Amino acid sequence: MKRTNELHGVGAIFNTPNEIIKAAEAVSGKGYKSFDVHTPYPVHGMDNAMQLKPSKLGFITLGAGLTGTTLALSLMYFTMSVSYPMNIGGKPFFALPAFIPVTFELTVLLATLSTVIGMIAFFFKFPANSHPLHDTAYMKACSADKYGVYIEATDEKFNEAEVKALLKSLHPASVEDIFTVQPESYPVLTAKFATLLLVVVVIVAGGTYGILNKALYTVPFDWMLKQGKLNPQGNHVMFADGYGMRPPVEGTVANGYIPYEFASLKKEQPANPLVNPLIANAEVLKLGKKKFLTYCSPCHGNYGEGDSRLGIDALKGLSLHSDKVRKWQDGNIYHVISVGQNNMPGYATQLTRNERWSVILYIRALQIAKNASETDIKEVGSNGK
Amino acid sequence: MDVDYSKELPVVEGRLTLAQIEALVAKPMDSKPDRKFFMALSITLTLLLIGVGSLGASFYYGIGLWGNNQPVGWAMPIVNFVFWVGIGHAGTLISAILFLFRQKWRTGIARFAEAMTIFAVMTALVFPLIHTGRPWLGGYLIPYPNQHSLWVNFTSPLLWDVFAVSTYFTVSLVFWYVGLIPDFATLRDRTSSKLKKVIYSIFSLGWRHSHRNWQHYEKAYMLLAGFATPLVLSVHTIVSFDFAVSILPGWHTTIFPPYFVAGAIFSGFAMVVTVLIFVRKIFDLQEIITIDHLEKMNKIIMATGMMVGYAYGMEFFIAWYSGSPVETFVFINRAFGPYAWAYWIMVSCNVIFPQFFWVKKIRRSIPIMFVIVILVNVGMWFERFVITVTSLSRDFLPSSWGYYKPTMVDFGILLGSFGLFFTLVLLFTKAMPVVSISEVKAVADDAQPSHHGGDH
Repeated sequence: MKRTNELHGVGAIFNTPNEIIKAAEAVSGKGYKSFDVHTPYPVHGMDNAMQLKPSKLGFITLGAGLTGTTLALSLMYFTMSVSYPMNIGGKPFFALPAFIPVTFELTVLLATLSTVIGMIAFFFKFPANSHPLHDTAYMKACSADKYGVYIEATDEKFNEAEVKALLKSLHPASVEDIFTVQPESYPVLTAKFATLLLVVVVIVAGGTYGILNKALYTVPFDWMLKQGKLNPQGNHVMFADGYGMRPPVEGTVANGYIPYEFASLKKEQPANPLVNPLIANAEVLKLGKKKFLTYCSPCHGNYGEGDSRLGIDALKGLSLHSDKVRKWQDGNIYHVISVGQNNMPGYATQLTRNERWSVILYIRALQIAKNASETDIKEVGSNGK
Repeated sequence: MDVDYSKELPVVEGRLTLAQIEALVAKPMDSKPDRKFFMALSITLTLLLIGVGSLGASFYYGIGLWGNNQPVGWAMPIVNFVFWVGIGHAGTLISAILFLFRQKWRTGIARFAEAMTIFAVMTALVFPLIHTGRPWLGGYLIPYPNQHSLWVNFTSPLLWDVFAVSTYFTVSLVFWYVGLIPDFATLRDRTSSKLKKVIYSIFSLGWRHSHRNWQHYEKAYMLLAGFATPLVLSVHTIVSFDFAVSILPGWHTTIFPPYFVAGAIFSGFAMVVTVLIFVRKIFDLQEIITIDHLEKMNKIIMATGMMVGYAYGMEFFIAWYSGSPVETFVFINRAFGPYAWAYWIMVSCNVIFPQFFWVKKIRRSIPIMFVIVILVNVGMWFERFVITVTSLSRDFLPSSWGYYKPTMVDFGILLGSFGLFFTLVLLFTKAMPVVSISEVKAVADDAQPSHHGGDH
């Protein structure tokens, strides 16, 4: 530390605790305010000799302690009663007796930390390693086994000659002038420091990446990632074909699946055994319409005229209003829907049996609507009344 | 006896000057570590390595390597946890409770005991974490807003434990550091090495021994002592709740909190005496850590030993007086069942052997004292073993009774915990003042003014 010529204060060293008490009494008695006593350990009676007011540190402790209590209780109230209330052993959601231990611990924790941090930061104004008293013979003596009284130059009554005369009159072991310290500057953006920062960034980023993306997926931290189970979509060494997934056993029938037994017959033949199990009511027709518009209309058109809802020539299908189709029994249409014909694929996988029969009833309704005669209207009219 | 009780015995013997005290305490830091230090360190590091190896195997293969199994699911890890947390309690008792009682003799041993508190709690903290089987998930013990919107259970004693032990550790560490600040400043002004000066400057924060600071410092020290005292009582109380709040016979008793606290102080003092016997010899601190100190600690060991003995007796009395057949069975089973060997080791080490301290000559004899405190350490480990294992191994349902046997890995981890603790203690003796320089200076002969202003 480089020093200036500006006087920071004058210190006097004494050899015994009795002398330092007398010196402190003399200095405070003369009305000096910016003075201090430096002793290697707290000397009893010094508070009175220096005319110090009692420490106000306890207020920080009290405030922080009460904050801790409030914080703990509100945290437990929020978590246990509001955010995720759970019945634990029949206790109430706000189980005060069970909350006391944590409340006590948090009170003590906050009070202690605040007391110490408050004392160091606000009462002591630490860290203060560049104080002018450091690295002086005066400080070294007070650190070991001597007792010093120090009057700062900033005191209103400070007058170098008077202060020295006062100190000398107390018969000290030595008197020392202490000069202020030249403020040191620490340029931040030097090449060395920038390199250091870069190294820190690389280490922290690399370390974080390595831990989060690599280390956590190695033994033993890969818990639950690698399991001794068979993954259906993945490979597995257990089977000759290398697949984890197994084909079903020959002849397996899926739940609810009933095979279509006439698939190999020609389209006219199944007409007799197959009878539509449904009757045309509003619900069935609604389902049939929905399925017809989804699966049939892209080729057959919205009204079954074979004009393709999508308007694509290649998709244009047969009209469902032809004589042939109108004369078909329901079983014939069912067969075609199930196994397909010509360009049309079978829809057995898309439509359930009931849906196919519903679609057929909807087609019948379209056919009647498209080819309605006067009698049909009358018939409906009379039935409607 | 020609002792004049109206006059206090000198705390520091041999009329050492302040400079001599400082030189004595600072000597280990001023000199390079010698052969003896490295030999001791190699022993403790070997123990630590055994523990690390055992733990590594446990992590790799899983905790099936331990003896824990139904019905004894809480076994060595919990026994070791309670044992080490208990060891820590002596430090806080010496530094906080004896401070509040104005026991000046505490100054010579307080720093070391506090350090042992911190190291013991660090060692203890290993065990609940490894006991969970997946210590890397320990973060879930902290109540933080997470994506599962789940919180910890604040009504569970196990969670109280998390808060109690972590608060205890933090407060002890802060208390210890506050005590170290003036000593770091003294070492800073004493050393001639540039590197040491930088390190001590950083840790002393620029302390100037100013009385304006001392005034707040003494206030803070008293406040911290005032907090640490109920805290230390709460910690082992809450540890005992881990057992007492359950419904297992042998655990579900109201005597547990005071019984555990007395046991903790008992075992902690035994450990402090064990280590101090060596430290005062190796570092020539016989005049600062005097035979009087050891004698006073032995008296406390005897007193707390009798409290523990009273608790053993009272447990049996209540088992009979309650008329509960299950409770009665558990205690008869403890004393005469398959774990009778452990029970009688516990009783003889904790209740019978400390009675030798009634004799003043034994209280002041280093070799005999050493044997007794070692036995107390053993006995207190077995106390936790007896409480944890005997109750679990035979509970309500005879068809699920079992006999717990620790495995080699369990013992490896126990050895490792001793290795960790003593490694930290050894490093501490070389890195920091093992005795509080400023506090001992303050209680040396003629250190205080003879005509002080009546504020004491």
